[in-house]
Amino acid sequence: MIEIKDLHKSYKMGSNSLHVLKGINFNVAEGELVSIMGSSGSGKSTLLNILGMLDEADSGSYTLDGVPIKDLNEKIAARYRNKFLGFIFQSFNLISYKNALDNVALPLYYQGMKRGERIEKAMSYLEKVGLADWAGHLPNELSGGQKQRVAIARALASDPKMLLADEPTGALDSKTSYEVMNLIQEINDEGRTILVVTHEPDIAAMTKRIVNLKDGKIIQDTRVNQVRALENV
Amino acid sequence: MFDLERWEEIFDTIRKNKLRTFLTGLSVASGIFILVILLGIGEGMRNGISQEFKRDAANIIYIYTGVTSKEHKGLNPGRRIQMKNEDFNYTALKHQDDLEYRSSVFRIWNGIVNYGKESGSYRVEGVYPDYQFLENSGMIEGRFLNYKDHDNFEKVVVVGNKVRNDLFKDSKDPIGKYVQISGINFKVIGVYTDPGGEREESRVFMPLSTAQRVFGGANNIANMAFTLEPEESFEAALAASNRFSTDIENQLKESHTIAPDDESAVSINNSLENAKRFYDLMDMIKFFFWGVGICTIIAGVVGVSNIMLIIVKERTREIGIRKALGAEPLSIVGMVLHESIFVTAIAGFIGLIASLLLLEFVGPLIETQYIANPAVNFNVALTTVFILVLAGAIAGFFPAWRAARIKPIVALRDE
Ligand SMILES: Nc1ncnc2c1ncn2[C@@H]1O[C@H](COP(=O)(O)OP(=O)(O)OP(=O)(O)O)[C@@H](O)[C@H]1O
Ligand SMILES: [Mg+2]
Repeated sequence: MIEIKDLHKSYKMGSNSLHVLKGINFNVAEGELVSIMGSSGSGKSTLLNILGMLDEADSGSYTLDGVPIKDLNEKIAARYRNKFLGFIFQSFNLISYKNALDNVALPLYYQGMKRGERIEKAMSYLEKVGLADWAGHLPNELSGGQKQRVAIARALASDPKMLLADEPTGALDSKTSYEVMNLIQEINDEGRTILVVTHEPDIAAMTKRIVNLKDGKIIQDTRVNQVRALENV
Repeated sequence: MFDLERWEEIFDTIRKNKLRTFLTGLSVASGIFILVILLGIGEGMRNGISQEFKRDAANIIYIYTGVTSKEHKGLNPGRRIQMKNEDFNYTALKHQDDLEYRSSVFRIWNGIVNYGKESGSYRVEGVYPDYQFLENSGMIEGRFLNYKDHDNFEKVVVVGNKVRNDLFKDSKDPIGKYVQISGINFKVIGVYTDPGGEREESRVFMPLSTAQRVFGGANNIANMAFTLEPEESFEAALAASNRFSTDIENQLKESHTIAPDDESAVSINNSLENAKRFYDLMDMIKFFFWGVGICTIIAGVVGVSNIMLIIVKERTREIGIRKALGAEPLSIVGMVLHESIFVTAIAGFIGLIASLLLLEFVGPLIETQYIANPAVNFNVALTTVFILVLAGAIAGFFPAWRAARIKPIVALRDE
């Protein structure tokens, strides 16, 4: 699903340049549930953003589902994001003036789907995350866990090949975190590839593979026996 | 533009961001409103001032005499100069090819006019038939004086509308009735109206010959009035009338033995000179209101631009989210512009309609001397609406374009 080779990224700040990713080599097969760990500032989000085409690498190659991702203009990047990827952010990033249903339906709008069909499909994903009754509520009327579930429904709505989650449980208490992880595991069980950035070991333990990042390099990459989140709830 | 889905998305955004929409709309609507009202008042002032100047024929030249102020050829200053019929006849003959209308005026000083029990004091004047056109008078009833009345010393009068209303009250038809002036009967043959209003309509005209004979005027006249034949252009007319004025002034000074540089003995009131000043004033007013109008538009454009800038800034994060979900840059620009054009256009038309209604219904109630019929050219108003909408679109385009081009990750980081 993902092949990256010798990926480099540095941020320029004035005259200085901060080398964040120093040659990442990393593959992810279809159906994997991978967590990326590392201390703060180690480059986890940077890596995920490059994988999500929200940011660009300086050098190295990246192939997503057989498609080389290189020198994309914004238009094509947008199309790929819409088709291939679903994002889950720590801060949810729901649109505040749209209700849960319309938020979930938004990626479908950018796929050019008609409104009726869009709403119907969005509703089915809201049902899937257990929030059908909250469809008409605005984000600020929802709890953190509910917001993240809406965000997950939105990420799933466009039926992407891969979900990218940057600290999806970072803003949630542990019980809610496990509920969200349970949802992520269920989605993965259906065969969808998921990458989760986290620095909580218990969350990482609920994935199938842990990649450890330090100072811009992968120092460890191990497959683990998945802990089912449901057992902890 | 006709993408139904896009419209739905825009309406959704507008519905859920009422304050933002309201503020944008308000600034556009009030800008247009102020502008249209301003232009309307400007037009009203022009109308009002035009009316002031319409009292007499536009190119009339009045000549009247006063008292000499300079010693000349052994004659002392302080002499009263009295114009005679000869002065008029001489000028009328000398310039007969250039003159359009001509009349001299004999003023009857004790202008008490009686009809039955009613009486009033009016300006009573002996004039030539041309005087109707010199005064820009129109007939409501009967006719004006003619040369036959003049030749036959007829005791007939034409009265102003105000005089008719004062003296004849309800009895509808004054024509053929007799009024008394200084105890002498005069037959009313006509009622005139004058664009100068009541003041100009409280006069009574009779043939010059009759006036001079009946009221002991000998062959004295109080003043003379002329208009010249129309010319091709205003400039040519002004030149001709200045030439005529100078000529007649010199001629009068010559024949009445007045010093050439005596300012007070002969006065010539040249309407075209006034008209020039009037046109200059009109131009000034027009210029002023356009200046203010353009400033208003600029202020409106700046206001709309500012709002658009703030809106786009405020929506940066939302734009980042939309891009992460697959919005292409063009669709972001389209979304921002579509909304801004829609809101400014609707608001612009609301402002336009509100101001036009105000001008339509309140305008006619304004009855000051210098404002009449404030109104505005609809096309001009419409154009300003388009300018504002266009300005809003252009002003919205650049920030929208920038926001659409920044990396989604940067937009998402925006707080
Ligand atoms: N836009 C940017 N400009 C400059 N420096 C940046 C930028 N984004 C990230 N960095 C720097 O790059 C380094 C890696 O950042 P990154 O966000 O990838 O870390 P992280 O591993 O996700 O950390 P955390 O666990 O705190 O989220 C940090 O030192 C950060 O300060
Ligand atoms: Mg991070």
